[in-house]
Amino acid sequence: MSSTSATARRGEPSLGGSSRRLRRIDAVVGLAFVAPVIVGVLALGLVPFGYVIWYALHDWNPLVATFDWVGGDNFRALLSDSTVWASLGVTFTFAILLMVLNVTLAMVLAVLLVQKLPGTTTFRTFFFSPVIVSTVAWVLIWNFLVASNGGINGFLATIGISGPNWLRDPSWALVTVVVIQVFKGVGMNMILFIAALQNVPGDLKEAARIDGAGPRRVFTSITLPLMTPTILLVTMITLISAMDVFAPIQILTEGGPGRSTTVISYLLYRTAFVQQDFGYASAIGVVLFFVVLAMAALQWGTRKKWVHDEV
Amino acid sequence: MRSDQALLVREAGPATASDPAPGKDRIRATRRRRASKIAMYALLIIMSIPFVYPMLWMVFSAFKPANEIFAIPPTLFPSEWTLDGVARIFTVQPFAQQYLNSLYIAALVTLGSVIVGSLAGYAFARIRFPFASVLFLFLMAGLFIPTEVTIIPIFRWVASLGLMNTHVPLIILPILGPASIVAVFIFRQFFLSLPVELEEAGRLDGLGRLGIFLRIALPLAGPAIGAVSIMKFLASFNMYFEPLIFLRSENLFTVGLGLTRYQDHYGEPIHNTQIGATALTVIPVVIVFLLAQRQFVEGLSRTGLKG
Repeated sequence: MSSTSATARRGEPSLGGSSRRLRRIDAVVGLAFVAPVIVGVLALGLVPFGYVIWYALHDWNPLVATFDWVGGDNFRALLSDSTVWASLGVTFTFAILLMVLNVTLAMVLAVLLVQKLPGTTTFRTFFFSPVIVSTVAWVLIWNFLVASNGGINGFLATIGISGPNWLRDPSWALVTVVVIQVFKGVGMNMILFIAALQNVPGDLKEAARIDGAGPRRVFTSITLPLMTPTILLVTMITLISAMDVFAPIQILTEGGPGRSTTVISYLLYRTAFVQQDFGYASAIGVVLFFVVLAMAALQWGTRKKWVHDEV
Repeated sequence: MRSDQALLVREAGPATASDPAPGKDRIRATRRRRASKIAMYALLIIMSIPFVYPMLWMVFSAFKPANEIFAIPPTLFPSEWTLDGVARIFTVQPFAQQYLNSLYIAALVTLGSVIVGSLAGYAFARIRFPFASVLFLFLMAGLFIPTEVTIIPIFRWVASLGLMNTHVPLIILPILGPASIVAVFIFRQFFLSLPVELEEAGRLDGLGRLGIFLRIALPLAGPAIGAVSIMKFLASFNMYFEPLIFLRSENLFTVGLGLTRYQDHYGEPIHNTQIGATALTVIPVVIVFLLAQRQFVEGLSRTGLKG
């Protein structure tokens, strides 16, 4: 930007007399611009969600074409259904573990790779590449590697460790899926963090440095606070997308062994499309929604404590 | 990038000026820096193994005989190279057709998402219009509706509209449904970082809102368009849940759904063929990524005109 145009602009009076007309035009244009997404989210998000609540109050089996009002029966049944409670626990464990590992690793990688050193571009490519690989492909390959006689255990055997059957051992299955998913997705968050790191104004860091702050102090007092809007966005997206994980579970474990990896979205899928119990599945869907909303609200509600700037 | 160079210069500056005995300290500092650099590279190499090894294993295993996939000890390179597995990729499943399906669906989803997302993102960042904050909150809330929650009514609608076993729901849902909201946020965030002065200059030149958006804001939004395109293309290409629900015939399958169905007539998985098909799914995407990746990373980091 040239500085001459900047000074010229500063001398200009504000948009003055025509501002009311402009404001009216803006109102129309603004609403028109947001209309597609608003209408879309209404029709394909909010309205279907209303239907889900309605369905949840019915006993509905599409195979025998029953659709009978049962009131709160489905929800009452949910409360005493140990499978649902267990899957809630699995979902929380999965999502929180994944978010913590993913965001931490992404931040470490971003801090290492934001430096302009030879090779950092190549490493960025390495860490990012699983992001562009389709989930199914990534999961299928890891399925071979974590098999009881797969590559991981083969490697462990060479250093004298006999590895577990990762996906068939109830105490390892969930962690294994989480780790596979972290490797899959961490590159995206790394890139977002690198972008945020580069957007931290150099003169702020410089000012802190002149005031005698070391590199660590500059990071914790300048860089990190300025990155909190990005961190908020990244943690929210990571957490929410982890709450409704489906493909890795269906392909790797089918919810097993036992119900150790039966996350709630997989339970919903089984209930609806395998057991054909649409009413009960809808009730599970309502629970899934409120669980996701609660986690998001928790993060959003506490943002004032740790986010430097409004998102 | 420019500011980084400036920092390097400044880092060297005050040290030479204020240090009474610069020689020794600087040598020690250089040595320390070199040691930490070596440690950093070692760490990076170890950390990149779980990201790179699976891909290499995949490529080489496609050429292994079926019984070598689970050989003990495990091998990276085939002990005996064979095309047995690869040869069956296109016969066990209509792989080429499935690939084409995934590509064209993802392309349409990307185009639609950029249009919908940039319009709304720009409006939320720049335009004052009634109910803007309410509508924005509505989108924030919509972000939290997981696909799985609303799948039952949408499944019913799709069925009653006769769109089961078609690609229509796979195209419409990501462009307009709750999955479109992230794109709006990315565009909004980008347009907020764009200097308002640029647009005011356009307005003084007589451009209306649409003109400012199309001629000034959008052409500058390359990084955001790139980010959204890559995100939406991959999300669509990665789709698994929706195809699983909506598609029945193998010819209409997306590539991801097809990959899970590499079985012989007895329902036994054909490992080397499946791995070969997976490799064929991954490799072209990786190549495109390697070509476009620099633009993507630089695009994101070049956000705004500062520096």
